[in-house]
Amino acid sequence: MEIARHWRQRAARYRLQGQRHRETGEVRFPAQPPAIGEDPTVWEAVDLSGRGELYSFSVLRQGPDGYEGLVPYPVGMVRLEEGPLVAAQLTDCAEADLAIGQSVEMVTRQLLDTGEDNVLVYGYKFRPVLV
Amino acid sequence: MRSSYIVSAAATAVGEHYARSLSDLASEAVRNAFAALPEVSPERVGALFVANAMGETLASQGQLGAYLANAVGLRGVPALRVEAAGASGGVAMHQAAQAIATGQCDLVVVLGAEKVTDRLEGALEAALALHTDTEAEAIHGLTLTSQWALLMRRYMHEYNHGLEAFAPFPVNAHANAAKNPQALYRFAINADKYRKAGMVASPLNMLDCSSVADGAACVILAAESLARELPGPLIRLAGTAIATDTPSLGARRNPLDLEAARASAHVALGRAHMGLSNVQVFELSDPHGIAAVLALESIGYYERGEAPRHAADGSIAPSGRTPLATAGGYKARGDIVGASGVYQVVELVRQLRGEAGPTQVAEARVGLAQTLGGIGATAATAVIVAE
Repeated sequence: MEIARHWRQRAARYRLQGQRHRETGEVRFPAQPPAIGEDPTVWEAVDLSGRGELYSFSVLRQGPDGYEGLVPYPVGMVRLEEGPLVAAQLTDCAEADLAIGQSVEMVTRQLLDTGEDNVLVYGYKFRPVLV
Repeated sequence: MRSSYIVSAAATAVGEHYARSLSDLASEAVRNAFAALPEVSPERVGALFVANAMGETLASQGQLGAYLANAVGLRGVPALRVEAAGASGGVAMHQAAQAIATGQCDLVVVLGAEKVTDRLEGALEAALALHTDTEAEAIHGLTLTSQWALLMRRYMHEYNHGLEAFAPFPVNAHANAAKNPQALYRFAINADKYRKAGMVASPLNMLDCSSVADGAACVILAAESLARELPGPLIRLAGTAIATDTPSLGARRNPLDLEAARASAHVALGRAHMGLSNVQVFELSDPHGIAAVLALESIGYYERGEAPRHAADGSIAPSGRTPLATAGGYKARGDIVGASGVYQVVELVRQLRGEAGPTQVAEARVGLAQTLGGIGATAATAVIVAE
């Protein structure tokens, strides 16, 4: 596991930090480098609400190395209320609880178990909104 | 710009070749391609383009241009490896055509080769997941298969299709592969078996997921002057094009629209002075039914939401309007990752020469092959015409 790589991602992983365009108000996630010729300060950092609705979902029964202990696990794409579409794991739910369009919210959970550098990787997942 | 002609094409059987190495497979494909072209000495080869996506991650070998040039008997020839995930083969075809078009070479070898079965399933899924945007997707445990599954569920929702709407694609692929001695899965399936298959990444089930396997395929391209000296039908690589899109699905305007698939198909057809209606046989990236559906609709062959209905009516069979996967496609011939684009061309050459036997498309003169890297982050299209 690469410690610096995960450290670089901390704002996005822990706070769902994206970017907002100072002039148009457009929000994007994850953060991107400026475009060619673009004023690098025109996109400002912004923490997203973590609320959105489920765009699609799947339950994986064949996982990659590092995720074998989680199988089967649900993943989804979430349309955040600020606009961006985000892929992540879903949690605190069974497949039968899920439906396209339902309200979900971000929670912070462990993504990966300790690798060779003994790093516990945490990040965002989404769960159905508790009503 | 000079035209490129395909003067030979050969492939190994697709399979779990535990007893054979990457070099063994590559050598067989190249030897067979030259065996079918006795008039041309390998000493005339001006360049070798190796298409491979998994060399470092699954085959423990880098620098595949020089490595495989040596293995196949082309030592000293300018050689390089082309990597664009699952589109590597299509991109290599494009690069090879450019080498001929610019006058740099008169004879070019394209070799697609993958050795994937030395590692177990988990390593394979992790290696394939590197073809997504890893920070945005793979770190969350998303695989390529699960991304296609997300698109499939969304498609079913938007266009009101049930699971069974996708069955015609693997059923057609298996029916064709059963007649292809080089296919991985040489048996038929039916819609009933499809309905009962266990889930891999819901709603994708086991009979709607390709298997990744070992293999090598070789295509030899020649400039027109050389091609005309040779016996045999003239098969022209009439147009090729590459396009790219965001590796991350979430960054796309509409994830169900494969913009790079459309762009590369239209540019390649334009370069070939052809339209979609001229194409008589298709090879697509079709590891799942949804992949074929989204490609056919994104390039504009079918209206949005309509491809499953046409497939159910038999349009993708060898006798249909858009024959697809005549050698079994990714699903049943097998998914050879970076080599798939070269396997596709081998099959189209068989079709255009009228050598496809029981899956021959009648009077086929124009074929289109398209490979996708990731979920269409790269798309490479080749239009091939029998003169």
